[in-house]
Amino acid sequence: MNAQAPALRDPRLNRPEPFTPPLGDGGFFQRDRSVHPPAHAPGYKSSVLRSPRQALLSLESSISEITGPVFGHNDLGPLDNDLIRNYARDGDPVGERIIVHGRVLDETGRGVPNTLVEFWQANAGGRYRHRKDTYLAPVDPNFGGCGRALTDDTGYYYFRTVKPGPYPWRNYVNSWRPAHIHFSVFGSGFAQRLITQMYFEGDPLIPVCPILTTIPDKDALDRLVAPLDLNASTPFDSLAYRFDIVLRGQRSTYFENRTAGN
Amino acid sequence: MPQPLNYLKETASQTAGPYVHIGLIPAMAGFDIFEKNFSNVLVTSNTKGERITLEGRVLDGTGTPLRDVLLEIWQANAAGRYNHPADRSAGALEEEFRGWGRAGSDFDSGLVTFETIKPGAITDKAGRKCAPHVNVWIVARGINIGLNTRLYFSDEEAANAADPVLNLIEPPLRRKTLVATRSERSGKVVYSFTINLQGLEETVFFDV
Repeated sequence: MNAQAPALRDPRLNRPEPFTPPLGDGGFFQRDRSVHPPAHAPGYKSSVLRSPRQALLSLESSISEITGPVFGHNDLGPLDNDLIRNYARDGDPVGERIIVHGRVLDETGRGVPNTLVEFWQANAGGRYRHRKDTYLAPVDPNFGGCGRALTDDTGYYYFRTVKPGPYPWRNYVNSWRPAHIHFSVFGSGFAQRLITQMYFEGDPLIPVCPILTTIPDKDALDRLVAPLDLNASTPFDSLAYRFDIVLRGQRSTYFENRTAGN
Repeated sequence: MPQPLNYLKETASQTAGPYVHIGLIPAMAGFDIFEKNFSNVLVTSNTKGERITLEGRVLDGTGTPLRDVLLEIWQANAAGRYNHPADRSAGALEEEFRGWGRAGSDFDSGLVTFETIKPGAITDKAGRKCAPHVNVWIVARGINIGLNTRLYFSDEEAANAADPVLNLIEPPLRRKTLVATRSERSGKVVYSFTINLQGLEETVFFDV
């Protein structure tokens, strides 16, 4: 498909249009579903009744998929990326103080600028501030557990929080989630929309988690595990973890004088 | 060996889990934290177009409504223009209409609603008219990777019959799983939809 295809000749000059690369339609790279968990993953029991049985219908990217919501700094508040302060009532939350930072990239390695990243997590004891969470570990009065950030011009984001604790859940009798932070990322088009979870280097619960091990590809699973990043730590204050997120690649577009995505 | 291509691999998806509201709709989780919140209301008093309510449920393989599901919609404005720099079509852009919203299902009934406007028709790359539609993305506990589908409108029969995407669906009976039914309720236009994740009348989901 080539948006320029119908205009073979420039009528003003009566000569052929100059060559433009044939993939300049702004479409997304085909999603490689082998790096993602399958919809039906019976070890994660609630996927059994919530997974389609019919094949997905493949759609070539159209304007509905290439476009997506645009967010700006007006959508955010000044403390939105600081989970240590954004719900503080009478002090700081209890737990290991950490910084989580990284870049949102696409499959070509380019940073995805000005995109919205949202995150949520349990507190240091593995308890969520949610009306449906009944785990006996207490809620922390100074911890809400959510935040959001816009990536900068290079795709970089960061936030501050406490390290979440593991928590039990009803799957097998004795199933425990590894410590994790949920991430929601937009990208530049609605077809890049992604929700995932970040895990922590060295957590022994990772290889036995029925949700994490829905991912068939060992390397894809490893890419969800954030390494400790001592270089980004703040001495006598916070450790840091590095988590880069890769969204689908996009073919160049020739809508504008400056080609998007290059 | 040829040169390596060196593309990165997409980050793997994981379920949004049962507590997705904490991050995406904190008020539903039971607390207030952000100054500005995203919502299921896409319109302001200035938005052009016919006001509509989208209302429906997402059902599992036993026909039971999901009560912890989260939907996002993405749509064009009444002139058929998306509020995004890649849309260079002729329809007028409305800066105030983002075209995006999110909604969690009611914890008791599983009902999901959006207040929006009916989108205009779009022209695709090949110059074909696409019927008015709303793009839908579904995440929940038990859904490992977000599901993409579309909602079309029951009162757009002729446009739907010519729509290039609906026509890609081979069994014609499955096309109707994407069509929301129009009704009027105390003067408001409501389009009702049911998304069946699994089973006999399974909704068509797309690999977009």
